[in-house]
Amino acid sequence: MSRGPRAVGAHRDWGDDESGCAVLHIDMDAFFASCELARRPELRGRPVIVGGRDRGVVLAATYEARAFGVRSAMPMTRARVLCPQAVVVPPDHHLYHDVSRSVMELLGQVTPIVEQISVDEAFLDVSGARRRLGAPTAIGAALRERIRAEHGVTASVGIAKNKFVAKLASTHAKPDGMMLVPVAATIDFLHTLPVGALWGVGERTEEALARWGITTVEQLAGTDLLSLQSAVGSVTGAHLHDLAWGRDPRPVVPGREERSIGAETTFATDQHDARVVERRVLELADRVAARMRQQGVVARTVAVKVRTSDFRTLSRSRTLSAPTDVAREVFLVARELVAGVDLRGLPVRLVGVRGENLQRREGSVGQLTLEEASDPRGESQREAELALDAVRERFGRAAIGLGAPTR
Amino acid sequence: MKFTVERDVLAEAVTWTARTLPTRPPAPVLAGVRMEADASGILNLASFDYETSARSEVPAEVAEPGTVLVSGRLLAEISRALPNKPVDVTLEGSKVVLTCGTSRFTLLTMPVDEYPTLPSMPDLSGTVPGEVLAAAIAQVTVAASRDDTLPLLTGVRVEIDGEKITLLATDRYRLALRELTWTPTSPGFSSVALIRARTLNDVARSLGASGGPVNIGLSTGAGMDLVGFEAGGRRTTSQLVDGDYPPVRRLFADSSPIHAVVASAPLIDAVKRVSLVAERNTSIRLSFTEGQVVLDAGAGDDAQASEALEAVLKGEDISLAFNPQFLLDGLGALNTDFVRLSFSHPKKPVEFTGQDSLDGEDDSSYRYLVVPIRFA
Repeated sequence: MSRGPRAVGAHRDWGDDESGCAVLHIDMDAFFASCELARRPELRGRPVIVGGRDRGVVLAATYEARAFGVRSAMPMTRARVLCPQAVVVPPDHHLYHDVSRSVMELLGQVTPIVEQISVDEAFLDVSGARRRLGAPTAIGAALRERIRAEHGVTASVGIAKNKFVAKLASTHAKPDGMMLVPVAATIDFLHTLPVGALWGVGERTEEALARWGITTVEQLAGTDLLSLQSAVGSVTGAHLHDLAWGRDPRPVVPGREERSIGAETTFATDQHDARVVERRVLELADRVAARMRQQGVVARTVAVKVRTSDFRTLSRSRTLSAPTDVAREVFLVARELVAGVDLRGLPVRLVGVRGENLQRREGSVGQLTLEEASDPRGESQREAELALDAVRERFGRAAIGLGAPTR
Repeated sequence: MKFTVERDVLAEAVTWTARTLPTRPPAPVLAGVRMEADASGILNLASFDYETSARSEVPAEVAEPGTVLVSGRLLAEISRALPNKPVDVTLEGSKVVLTCGTSRFTLLTMPVDEYPTLPSMPDLSGTVPGEVLAAAIAQVTVAASRDDTLPLLTGVRVEIDGEKITLLATDRYRLALRELTWTPTSPGFSSVALIRARTLNDVARSLGASGGPVNIGLSTGAGMDLVGFEAGGRRTTSQLVDGDYPPVRRLFADSSPIHAVVASAPLIDAVKRVSLVAERNTSIRLSFTEGQVVLDAGAGDDAQASEALEAVLKGEDISLAFNPQFLLDGLGALNTDFVRLSFSHPKKPVEFTGQDSLDGEDDSSYRYLVVPIRFA
């Protein structure tokens, strides 16, 4: 869900000149929660939170729940305090993926230039589709209507001259709205926003800018480049200066594959026992690898995330010599990475495993190890895991698990 | 303590001794280089990180013997930057004063008595010419793993049986084996050790390059498993890697029904050219038919490249794909005019050996085994 700061003044009609505005940003509203409402309409109008029953984090919340201050990524315990009357629904990732896939297919019918950036967000470049399908606003309206009609969920659309402005426009169109930012209005639109709305401005940068008295995009745009660079560094400075003036050269790059596949869990009680953490890492590696195989991708990089009881989050990653979709390979690296994290003696609250740098399995992969290639049974470990996939397909995920390989 | 030493001699010795100093030492004293000036006119430099020790001896005019411990990194940087003049080193109180021409440096010292005792060099096991050792090390370490996930595979397995040394390394995707002869101290000497590839590479660079003989001492089973190398006044010891190396020799095929011979240098050049279009992690294909090999990479909408080279093929036509880097590593390590590729099946490991002529016999003292990429 979108958490970017919004400015009241930005939420208005900026004009209707669509020339030069070919980038659409489609963002599903409270996606996971909307999916749940679509199949359980009786929950409509009530605050609904999607998240783990115990100690996990909020994955999505309806706007009714957000009114109480519930936000995504917030610990569930806190969300329950803020909104005790909320209906808590455990996540059903299968459902969300199914809906996501068909929505993305819908977008693909408009133009092949679709860049999916997450399960519920995508950019479209409709320059080539205008003659066939009409103006960008007509395309955006039609898409919103079809998504609602076919899936019962709402999407917001931002239309602008580039990705960065289109994304800001959809943020300000939410929920269930559409906003066009004409080329001529781009600067005016941006200059109504606080600096925190800009892509790449986190807490640290915001603080650094505030020390220079810069809190709005307009002030940022009015600051000369060199001073800006001395405040926040040369790369960030140049980047922010460009954004403040509406410049974003990044094209919409077609690609519907997810950039990473990950899984994480929060322990029921903070965990001191390294063996228990390791066991969990194995389960996560198993889950992540199974999803990679299901989607026909392999990961070139394995990343882990460890959160200690003081909420400090540490991430580590390593690039592999050959990409993999085998749980054992993912696990061996993830275990090493987790073991290398300095916990400062604190127990572990959350652990996550992620496959990154994904690529299609066919064509690029197939680098077997000597052992696998020489084994008359072929790719033994991978085939064993494919067998697991087949068993789970029939009997459910809990039916069978991986044993820990020895060192 | 007071001594004078030539700037080049000092810079070289300090640089070598300090090269293994840890960036984040487990104890502050381990960031130091110990300088020991001996009344007999020898300056001894030493470093240690509990795993690897390095010692070098250089001649010096010693006016007053003594021992100090100073920051190795700083000493190395300073000695490299000094003008080319004699360097005077004097201990004044708790500081070391280093003067060279008109430059003058004052360095803090660390307590020498807190410095750990360096492991002594194991007894001499045998001797091997430096350039032979260096070449062999370079050939096998290309296949060693750089991934600390499997510490065992970051080592090189060394098997010694009398006059024969066999080096083996694998990162699970390829395997290199090199046999060489040496002169053991006793004809029946036999031992097995796992030495870090990093350590060996360093030995090849710093001790093998001198061209003289390298003395090797190996002590195993006596509580502390240690290997020591010594050449030209430099000595280094390193702890052996602990663990059971997998039985990798069996991975070499007993026989291979198909083999091809290609001139190495043109093949290396062609692989480099063709793999320009092989995007990261994609493969380069080699198709062998009677009289030629065709290299190609890229497919579909992506950029493509192909090139044909002369080749002698014995057996059926065969086509397979490789990770370009693995291919180049093997071809580069061979160092012979021709390469023989021995196949049994497009999915089975391929063995690379070198030979001197297109129709000669291959030399099995170096074998590089690599798994082809399967067409998915």
